[in-house]
Amino acid sequence: MTNEKLNEQVVRGVAKLSRLNLSDDELRMFAGQLADIIRYIDDLNRLDTAQTEPTSHAVSGIKDVFREDTVKPSLSPDEALTNAPKRIGDFFGVPKIIE
Amino acid sequence: MTVAYEPVIGLEVHVQLATDSKIFCSCSTKFGLTPNSAVCPVCLGFPGSLPVLNRKAFQCALKVALGLNCRVQEIVKFDRKNYYYPDLPKNYQISQYDKPIAYDGSVRLMSDPSRVIAVRRVHLEEDAGKLMHDQDKTYSLVDYNRAGTPLLEIVTEPVIRSPDEAYEYLAILKSILLYLEVSDCNMEEGSLRCDANISVRACGETKLGVKAELKNMNSFKAVKAGLAYEIKRQTDLLESGGKVSQETRLWDADSASTRTMRSKEEAHDYRYFPEPDLVPFHVPREYLESVRKDLPELPAARKDRLLASTDLSEREVSVLIMEKKIADFFEAAVRLGAPAKAVSNWLLGDIMADLNGKGLTIDNYGLTPFMLAELIGLISSGTISGRMAKEILKEAAQTKLTPKELVEKKGLRQISDQGEIVSIIDTVIAGNEKSVTDYRNGKTNALMFLVGQVMKHSKGKANPDIVNRLLRDRLG
Repeated sequence: MTNEKLNEQVVRGVAKLSRLNLSDDELRMFAGQLADIIRYIDDLNRLDTAQTEPTSHAVSGIKDVFREDTVKPSLSPDEALTNAPKRIGDFFGVPKIIE
Repeated sequence: MTVAYEPVIGLEVHVQLATDSKIFCSCSTKFGLTPNSAVCPVCLGFPGSLPVLNRKAFQCALKVALGLNCRVQEIVKFDRKNYYYPDLPKNYQISQYDKPIAYDGSVRLMSDPSRVIAVRRVHLEEDAGKLMHDQDKTYSLVDYNRAGTPLLEIVTEPVIRSPDEAYEYLAILKSILLYLEVSDCNMEEGSLRCDANISVRACGETKLGVKAELKNMNSFKAVKAGLAYEIKRQTDLLESGGKVSQETRLWDADSASTRTMRSKEEAHDYRYFPEPDLVPFHVPREYLESVRKDLPELPAARKDRLLASTDLSEREVSVLIMEKKIADFFEAAVRLGAPAKAVSNWLLGDIMADLNGKGLTIDNYGLTPFMLAELIGLISSGTISGRMAKEILKEAAQTKLTPKELVEKKGLRQISDQGEIVSIIDTVIAGNEKSVTDYRNGKTNALMFLVGQVMKHSKGKANPDIVNRLLRDRLG
């Protein structure tokens, strides 16, 4: 299988998981973009990182940021639901999805 | 020849940590609030909001890690678990993937101390919101109050061998969590939830069979029943030449059976990656040691101590220590001078029965260790009979009056005065000539009747042992 086909398959899988319907054109477009990203990662992989500490964060030096266990005022249901596409009573309404 | 099959079980427990506020924001974690009233930009996943870790949740996790004899990571990081389902507004859950806060722990069973259940990992994560599907025809309703509640996930290795072992592991785990005071472990409110992975294989086989994941068991008894059902279902399948398929199954308590929820074929690909919004957390070894030093005495240690310091049996101590509050009550009553055996008998007998009957716990029952110690004292001094004591116990719990006060108030003092009892006996003998003759002719049942009559005349207050002895003398 060519890389192009493989990328299309990955994009199709991720789209399905993300509940996105992509047209064939979009699929090809994102597959192309994904290929660019993978090429860039391959470039990065050529760097010698033997002497570099692994890190999961871009900001180094900041650590152990906690907050104390104190309750502060929350939004009211009215505020929380202001932008809800659908409000039912004090609840968000979402299309029925039963697992 | 038929092949024998054995089950292999692993358990996954989610426990809600007893913090006041959520794990990454300052909203309340209180149960039963107005829907969507304990939410904020962070737990609603609004763009630009940032999570900040709750220190107490982290400390609770460390306590549990040490209480379960785990190794603790020196650097703790969080990861995003991506999935698209409206119970989480961000489309990802902040969880931990490759570096759980703790790993390689163990829980020793009490029924068989040679059995140790290996704990694979303990990790911190946020809870999801609550979805309701039955309230509206076209929409599902979402309440995000629970989204962001701190959860600890505790996962065992697949080493549990029977539904009974699973039950005992859960009971001990809950006991440890209550001793550590990190959760109220209230299963009705969802503070403690359990899923199970279960497969069966031919005895002697070392490879694991195909497993089913079992969900929706909302009590330890349901876990036991669900596992027993699944073992039989899978064994029957294999014995009839079929194959177990990898899937998630739901336990249905009403029909006492399990059914397919989703097949693993479309298993989620969660595309975990490090959570960039939370910086790493360090657990210096000196700090970890200070947490370890501050741990309370745990159930296993308490059991050993009570076995050594009392005349109670292993079975009695095992039951007493399971619930921290019961064990505390027991020790408080013993410190007040009551004999351990008597306190244990009352606690494991009448008190537990009354608590279960009324759906109460020892701390809202109304009885204090002082009351129980006093009650036991009144029995041993002969002031009241054991039968009277049973009534007084319940009344003391209800009225908050002490047993001594109740005895005085109700004039319940037992009659142990021989003269007084003899005069009642004489009245009874005079009024029941037939029974007296029957007894003298060898009908021993007649004695029981006469004792009963004496007790009735004394309004239940005569000391039954003395009545028995004096009546025999009198009829002699």
